[in-house]
Amino acid sequence: MKLLCLVMTLLTFVAVPCAMAVEPDEVLSDPALEARARALSKELRCMVCQNQSIDDSEAPLARDLRMLVRERLQAGESDRQVIDFLVARYGEFVLLRPRFSWHTALLWLGPAALLVIGACGIIVLARRYRANFDRATTEQERLTAAEAARLSEILRSGER
Amino acid sequence: MMIAEFGHYALVLALALALVQASVPMIGARKDDPALMAVAGPTAVGQFCFVAIAFAALMTCYVRSDFSIVNVFENSHSAKPLVYKLSGVWGNHEGSMLLWVLILSVFGALVALFGGNLPARLKANVLAVQSSIAVAFILFILVTSNPFLRIVNAPLEGRDLNPILQDPGLAIHPPLLYLGYVGLSISFSFAIAALIDGRIDAAWARWVRPWTLLAWMFLTLGIAMGSYWAYYTLGWGGWWFWDPVENASFMPWLAATALLHSALVMEKRDALKVWTILLAILAFSLSLIGTFLVRSGVLTSVHAFATDPTRGVFILAILVLFIGGSLALFALRAPLLKQGGLFAPLSREGALVLNNLFLVSACATVFIGTLYPLALEALTGEKISVGAPFFNATFAPLFIPLLIAVPFGPLLAWKRGDLLGVAQRLVGAAGIAVITMAVVFAMEGGGPILVPFAIGLAFYVMAGALTDIVERTGLLKVPFATAFARARGLPRSAWGAAFAHFGLGITLLGIIGETQWSLERIAELKPGQTISVRRYELQFDGVTTRQGPNYRDLAAHFTVRRHGDFIGVMEPSKRSFPSRGTATSQTALMTRGVSQLYLSLGDPNADGSLAVRLYYKPLVLLIWFGPVVMVVGGALSLSDRRLRVGAPKGARSKAALSPAE
Repeated sequence: MKLLCLVMTLLTFVAVPCAMAVEPDEVLSDPALEARARALSKELRCMVCQNQSIDDSEAPLARDLRMLVRERLQAGESDRQVIDFLVARYGEFVLLRPRFSWHTALLWLGPAALLVIGACGIIVLARRYRANFDRATTEQERLTAAEAARLSEILRSGER
Repeated sequence: MMIAEFGHYALVLALALALVQASVPMIGARKDDPALMAVAGPTAVGQFCFVAIAFAALMTCYVRSDFSIVNVFENSHSAKPLVYKLSGVWGNHEGSMLLWVLILSVFGALVALFGGNLPARLKANVLAVQSSIAVAFILFILVTSNPFLRIVNAPLEGRDLNPILQDPGLAIHPPLLYLGYVGLSISFSFAIAALIDGRIDAAWARWVRPWTLLAWMFLTLGIAMGSYWAYYTLGWGGWWFWDPVENASFMPWLAATALLHSALVMEKRDALKVWTILLAILAFSLSLIGTFLVRSGVLTSVHAFATDPTRGVFILAILVLFIGGSLALFALRAPLLKQGGLFAPLSREGALVLNNLFLVSACATVFIGTLYPLALEALTGEKISVGAPFFNATFAPLFIPLLIAVPFGPLLAWKRGDLLGVAQRLVGAAGIAVITMAVVFAMEGGGPILVPFAIGLAFYVMAGALTDIVERTGLLKVPFATAFARARGLPRSAWGAAFAHFGLGITLLGIIGETQWSLERIAELKPGQTISVRRYELQFDGVTTRQGPNYRDLAAHFTVRRHGDFIGVMEPSKRSFPSRGTATSQTALMTRGVSQLYLSLGDPNADGSLAVRLYYKPLVLLIWFGPVVMVVGGALSLSDRRLRVGAPKGARSKAALSPAE
């Protein structure tokens, strides 16, 4: 179970069985294939768990899915084929990283869009700031009429 | 015994005081009536006392194992060790809400006690706003989550606390997290008070920054502590899962970090006022949203054990009222606030704006990712999952530019900075980064280029954090004694920034080390067999059983050798709790420098063999050491005389004039 039982603490009437996720008998003998299986497992959701990948979960369903992934990999399927197969069987819900579609466009583009909008906003404000800044600087440098009069008075008294 | 009723009554009285505190001082501020405004202080302290009494009453019920109280019956057991009886008070919904309110009232009382030099109107408004939050949440407890309810026929024994919560982590983690979470209410109250009053000055920023800093320090420690707790408890070595409940605490942290930096600009340069106010509102709003996510059951996870929708609806109403109300007030009043302090885009202020842009975007990413599945399901019924792979893919690209920019900030001058000059001063840090990259690349012998890059980035952030200090002390140029004397003379806030940024680099290093170089071994062992990882060899010697206070331990003994030399033993165990009929797995950790060996057990097989999972986790401790360094930085900054909570500007000179005693 995900952690955070802890993180916020509290709760939970559900016991947290801390058996193991990937069990020794599941491991494939081919290290390359096993590595692919592990990488795929991290992308797939254990659907009876809360926000947990099948790689982390010790639920029986997660074990079944891990075996299934390994079977298909051993049968020579590509990662993509395995994912497509699982999505066809269980729906998009099985993917921890949703695929890009109209339904997820806001999810994927939202952060970048916000960054761009924020940056544009800052640029607009910065320009306005810069204009103010320059004006303020020149205004500071230019003497007011009273200051100019006082200055010329001082200069005159100095000459005398 | 009437202790529970006593506590219940105290909570009702606290509500009554909170109502007074939320209304009278605000009317006083409106009418400019000092007597009415002065009501705020004593009521805040009184409110704290009554909430504390209620909390102590509940704690007493737990210590006495009074199972006639539903809450105690459901979450405690007479055989439970005292520390878990005490911490079990907040190991459940009702108790944790009471802790929430207690901390809220602590902060209110602190402002009342140490806010002597605040302008009277500001203080009255701040305390009134703070108390209106208390009214909402005390009401929530009394109406939907009363921890003092009785059972008619008291059972003889309780159901015990969930075993996974019976850990020292429960005693420390939630209070720290809540101090951070709820501490942000102070910045919120200050922001609302400023909007109500329609004016905001430098004194406002002098007050808000230390309080935000304090809350941020607790939040940082709380999150790091929770992460370490999860790491050693869950048995497979993960330490961050992008779980909605984690995100609920991470979003306020990102917002608070942004607020900390923008408040700096406001305090020093009188600029970014409107933005700082908005951030203060957002940071606490995210705390409220976190509370809603966790407490309402909307996540339908083990966390959100509350399936009763009345609670969810109640918190949602609080959420709408406070977030909606404060944003409406902001929209109405913000245009009235005068903008001050002009600055060029390339300046310290400009760098802090960039910091805010990236932190807020990162925060928005977490927000969208956390709430998108809920929103999509509510709107279309379609179920999708947004998990760690999504967050890793979107969060990292946002954070990398920020990390590159971090060392620039403190080196740029206020008002108008010299980017090229700063870049030249960072050549040393960049050099260290490049050398590190080359070394890592050579060691890795190829592999993904991202790893050396990330390690280089971590070293760059650390070296960059020290650049300012090194230059200002003249270290490497002047004699050490001179540099040391100069170092002592540097403002503590400069040290604070250096520590905080250095800590960030440390954490980054730990994260990369753990995720890239972690080694895993899974095996089934019979006594006498060994399992090895890197240079370490672990021999399984056998199992023994032990009886604990309220559990039985099945411990496996392992002898650990390095290059054949004995270096210690590791004893992971399976712990079964008869009261709940459940078991937990106790991980064994062996620390080697900043790396760890991590050993956890699976189930024993019929043939006497045991499934074990062994990890070698390089640099893993740096992940949590970094936040500690950051918090030290926060503490240094907080102790800076110029920023000390409530310290008036002239305090130093006044103190110097007072006669020696």
